[in-house]
Amino acid sequence: MNPLTLNHYLLASGLLFSLGFAGVMLRRNIITIFMCLELMLNAANLSLVAFSRFHVGADGLPNYNAQVLVFFIITVAAAEVAVGLAIIVALYRARQTTHVEDIQSLKF
Amino acid sequence: METSLPWIILLSPLASAVLILLFAHRSKPLSVLLSLTAVFAAFGSTLLLFSSHSVVQTSATWIDLGPALHLTIGLKIDALTRVMLLVVTGIGALVHVYSTVYMAEDDGKARFFGSLSLFMFSMLGIVLADNLAMMFIFWELVGVSSFLLIGHWFTKPSAAKAANKAFLANRVGDFGFMSGILLVWAATGSVEFAGIQENLAKLTVNPSLLTLAGLCLFCGAVGKSAQVPLHVWLPDAMEGPTPVSALIHAATMVAAGVYMLARIFFILEPSPVALGVIAAVGAVTAVLAALMATQQDDIKRILAYSTLSQLGLMVAGIGVGAWGASMFHLFTHAFFKALLFLGSGAVIHALHHEQNIWKMGGLRRTMPKTFITFVIGTLALTGTPGLAGFFSKDAILLAAWHKSAFIFGAALFTSLLTAYYMTRLVVVAFFGEAWTPNAKHGHDCPPAMTVPLMILAVLSVISGYKFFAGSIFGEELFHSVHAAEHVSLVPILAVSVFSIGTAGAWFLYNGRSKDPVKIPLFRNKFYIDELYASLIAGTQDLLASFSSWFDHFILDGVIVRGISGLTWGVGYTLRLLQFSNLQGYAFLFGTGVVILFYMLIK
Repeated sequence: MNPLTLNHYLLASGLLFSLGFAGVMLRRNIITIFMCLELMLNAANLSLVAFSRFHVGADGLPNYNAQVLVFFIITVAAAEVAVGLAIIVALYRARQTTHVEDIQSLKF
Repeated sequence: METSLPWIILLSPLASAVLILLFAHRSKPLSVLLSLTAVFAAFGSTLLLFSSHSVVQTSATWIDLGPALHLTIGLKIDALTRVMLLVVTGIGALVHVYSTVYMAEDDGKARFFGSLSLFMFSMLGIVLADNLAMMFIFWELVGVSSFLLIGHWFTKPSAAKAANKAFLANRVGDFGFMSGILLVWAATGSVEFAGIQENLAKLTVNPSLLTLAGLCLFCGAVGKSAQVPLHVWLPDAMEGPTPVSALIHAATMVAAGVYMLARIFFILEPSPVALGVIAAVGAVTAVLAALMATQQDDIKRILAYSTLSQLGLMVAGIGVGAWGASMFHLFTHAFFKALLFLGSGAVIHALHHEQNIWKMGGLRRTMPKTFITFVIGTLALTGTPGLAGFFSKDAILLAAWHKSAFIFGAALFTSLLTAYYMTRLVVVAFFGEAWTPNAKHGHDCPPAMTVPLMILAVLSVISGYKFFAGSIFGEELFHSVHAAEHVSLVPILAVSVFSIGTAGAWFLYNGRSKDPVKIPLFRNKFYIDELYASLIAGTQDLLASFSSWFDHFILDGVIVRGISGLTWGVGYTLRLLQFSNLQGYAFLFGTGVVILFYMLIK
């Protein structure tokens, strides 16, 4: 039997998510924050795949719906990363910085 | 024939007014001819009506809304109507003739005669109306024509103002009149005199409702007959041409209030409160106006206050229940007051529009015809025994004697003052010497002006006697004139106050060139005009400042700036949440999501 259970996967997913969240909260560089966001996204993907693998139906086969969903998420995330990075590049050109504390002109 | 005569009387002045104002106003002689034809047609038809004494009623449906409201244009001829018709068309005809000379030089002569015809139409409408709704329409029409005629010389600011004042004061009274008509309609379901009378008998409404209705109707008379507190317009109305003053503001229109009260007396009769109020208002008007008249210098204003005072006497007569006596006084008063006004017009005409009696004097030598007729009018007004005013005043005094000591005292005091101020007027203007060079050039006017004066002088003498008045009033109505029981003390008192007043004024004023008596309170009409001016100015200021406050603080402040301020304030507060920390936002966002999930799952 596979010694790895659902809980192991979920634990790893939770760790990844927490790392990502901590990065988003604590880092000041936009690029790093952006990468941490991706980390959180993929943590969610990981838990989705794990759920899918361990949810076995009456015919003995796992439910693949969630895995299909994950493909979609990866695709959309790729597009989103392209847009996000483009914004960051534009921002850098305008302000010569990627430091969040320097960007505050929307503040009252 | 009999049913078409009333229509001829009513519609011929209308035809004349329409023709003049639409087509003939460019030609003065044509306008005069049309107007004269119309008034003599009306006068002739009135005389024909006297050939039979039956009640004629003719009507055409105007508005028919089932049993709730059925309005007719109906004409009713009974004894009361006949008397008024004769007064209106008779004096109207004389005034028309007189005006042809008096207004000869006037640029607006055609307009004047057009308005005069319009007035005749409206006044005859009031007299002939057989229902309150129709009476109200003509009531308003006389207001309009009176406005037009007072403001005939509208380029003079005082005339324009006087016309406005008369119209506005009348509107106040007319509002009451209209409310009264609506109340009567609500109570009895009819606006026709016959219908009201019929329904009133079997009616069991709250008597105070009828009192209220009666008082509201009386408001109309207060406005039109210029009783206190709406009397202020009549003296100012003297800005109009003198024939207008004689016809409208002495003989006919101002008497319409008294006529209306006599018409609706059956509504007032069951209510002692309404009658008491009417009597008190009439008595107060009579005394106040007579006091004001004692200190005026303008010949027409003295006569105007005298008219006010006599109208007060008639209204008081209605109030003590003697509507027959009031109508009798209206009848005789119309003749001698028209005579006095036309006489004063002759003086004014001869002296080139001089109206101040202290700038006349000695006119008895230069204007003998005017002088004699004027003195006859004065004697008739002051109640000299044997002349018309004596009989009619006596009838009112008698009725008051039986009803109320207060009214009787007021009427007697008014008679004393009447004798006093009229003697003052005659002595100052006609006796003594000419006080100014202008007064030396007095001369009698052409026959078209003096003949009406003579006719009116004859009428002022004979109209009080039974052979004349009795045949016009008809047996039944004339009987109600002298309904009150005879008391021989009353005529004795009346004659003695007349003698005291006349003699007092004679000794006080004979040979004087300046007024020896100066009472500012009377001269300034008890400051009532000033009081109204300040009252109205005060209320207007108050209203204006309140409106300004409302506009500034409620509309601008609360509604407009309040809403914009609220939006701005909310925006300002929410802006404080922008604290410029990306991680902070993310943390809040995350916390929010967690709280949301917690609430969903719980």
